[in-house]
Amino acid sequence: MAVKKNRPKPWLKRLLNGDRTVLSRAISVLENETNEASAIIRGIYPHLGNAMVVGFTGSPGVGKSTLVNSYIKLLCEKGLQVGVIAVDPSSPLSGGAILGDRIRMAAQEHLRNLFIRSLASRCHVGGLSRATSRVVDVMDAAGMDVIIIETVGAGQSEVEIAEIASTKVVVCAPGMGDDIQAIKAGILEIADILVVNKCDLPLTNHTNRQLKAMLVLREALPDWTTPVLNTSAIDGTGVSELSDAIDEYKGVLAQRNSDGKDKGKKRMLRLLANSVADKVKKDLLETTSLEMDSICDAVLKGELMFNEATNRVIDKLLSHQ
Amino acid sequence: MVESESREAIIPRVLVTKIGLDGHDRGSRIVAAWLRDSGMEVIYTAPWQKIDTVVKLTQEEDVDVLAVSSLATDHLLIPKLMAALREAGYQHVKVVVGGIVPDADEAILLDSGVSRVFHTGSTKEEVVQRISEFAEEARKAPAVVTFD
Ligand SMILES: Nc1nc2c(ncn2[C@@H]2O[C@H](COP(=O)(O)OP(=O)(O)OP(=O)(O)O)[C@@H](O)[C@H]2O)c(=O)[nH]1
Ligand SMILES: [Mg+2]
Repeated sequence: MAVKKNRPKPWLKRLLNGDRTVLSRAISVLENETNEASAIIRGIYPHLGNAMVVGFTGSPGVGKSTLVNSYIKLLCEKGLQVGVIAVDPSSPLSGGAILGDRIRMAAQEHLRNLFIRSLASRCHVGGLSRATSRVVDVMDAAGMDVIIIETVGAGQSEVEIAEIASTKVVVCAPGMGDDIQAIKAGILEIADILVVNKCDLPLTNHTNRQLKAMLVLREALPDWTTPVLNTSAIDGTGVSELSDAIDEYKGVLAQRNSDGKDKGKKRMLRLLANSVADKVKKDLLETTSLEMDSICDAVLKGELMFNEATNRVIDKLLSHQ
Repeated sequence: MVESESREAIIPRVLVTKIGLDGHDRGSRIVAAWLRDSGMEVIYTAPWQKIDTVVKLTQEEDVDVLAVSSLATDHLLIPKLMAALREAGYQHVKVVVGGIVPDADEAILLDSGVSRVFHTGSTKEEVVQRISEFAEEARKAPAVVTFD
């Protein structure tokens, strides 16, 4: 008997119905990029774009997991399907990791409409955002209404992960003077919503004003002013205001790009650009080419300007294809 | 896919947890650190987990090994946990128990499907070595789902 060609595969049918076993194993396949990954990516592609993706990022210990816990409680009470991706750093020495974010979400663990997955950042530079982006997609296909990504906002790769989220919440804690300087250098720019968590502690309003002052330096958008909200994740203060702000921003996003597919392509272009850059860098650092050697030499001696050298290397790479 | 690896080569994932009422988690913290330092990914929970929650965690985190620490009498709940895991279709996940388990109870645990009991005084080398072997075995079990 001929099998009808476009009948959904059994795994896909189960995934689209929200089957947790299939979702969980699919995440492992995508994270590890094992053989079955391309079948999954092809299978889920027509079923993407329904979930709202919210990133929570900020320095270690500011209360991201605890805040996510309060936020998911609120979402789950509304009957929404919620997926959480909690990223923790891998040890650069052993490659291992202790993934402990979900300890803070223990109070919601029993909820049937919540699915939490811990990811280790591993040591693949740039690859983490690719893996995370695929985990978002497969959760989206599995029917999650909201997908939350928690990452420590410590460096470039975290900023990239945050870029996967269409709504980026940057979390700070009161009185972290130096810390705010660090945020200013990196992740403040990407914040759609800023939160001063632990508002039950002193200096909250001081930090809030500091953050607002920094935002003034940022280029203003015609359709959105980044709010600076105070929350206390442990007692729930301000969490429904945060939730409202996230929803409001979702409306702004919908206005901006009525064509969702285009956004997916932009995200893919960014992932590809990162991946190409990583690969080229790795190849260059391992090269033994004499020509590269002489280019470096010329730049060192001031015979060649840095920009010219960059262009020359790119030309050289292209001409080799 | 260009970067394909076999399932067996993947970094082991281990859930380190405690069920029942005993809250002494020093042992499980130490084991978690050992496993991390030998390159594994450890999902660490607070003590006092319910059996249903452990099954849900096993499912969501797609772990290969479940390491349950027991210092009081909570290991007597483990046969129930084993049954719940089987019922949920997670018989491929290897379960190890560490802590204080009397010999008579050890037999009960092994009978219920536990792979190994580590008694107090087990060395880091021993624990890490066995758990990584168990993870490899779990990965070789027939897949719970295949994607085509
Ligand atoms: N006082 C107070 N403490 C809080 C609040 N939110 C979180 N904490 C505490 O801050 C500590 C860190 O909280 P986490 O939620 O683990 O912080 P995190 O940002 O997720 O930490 P990492 O994932 O390790 O970067 C815990 O001891 C929390 O109980 C809050 O609103 N007020
Ligand atoms: Mg956290």
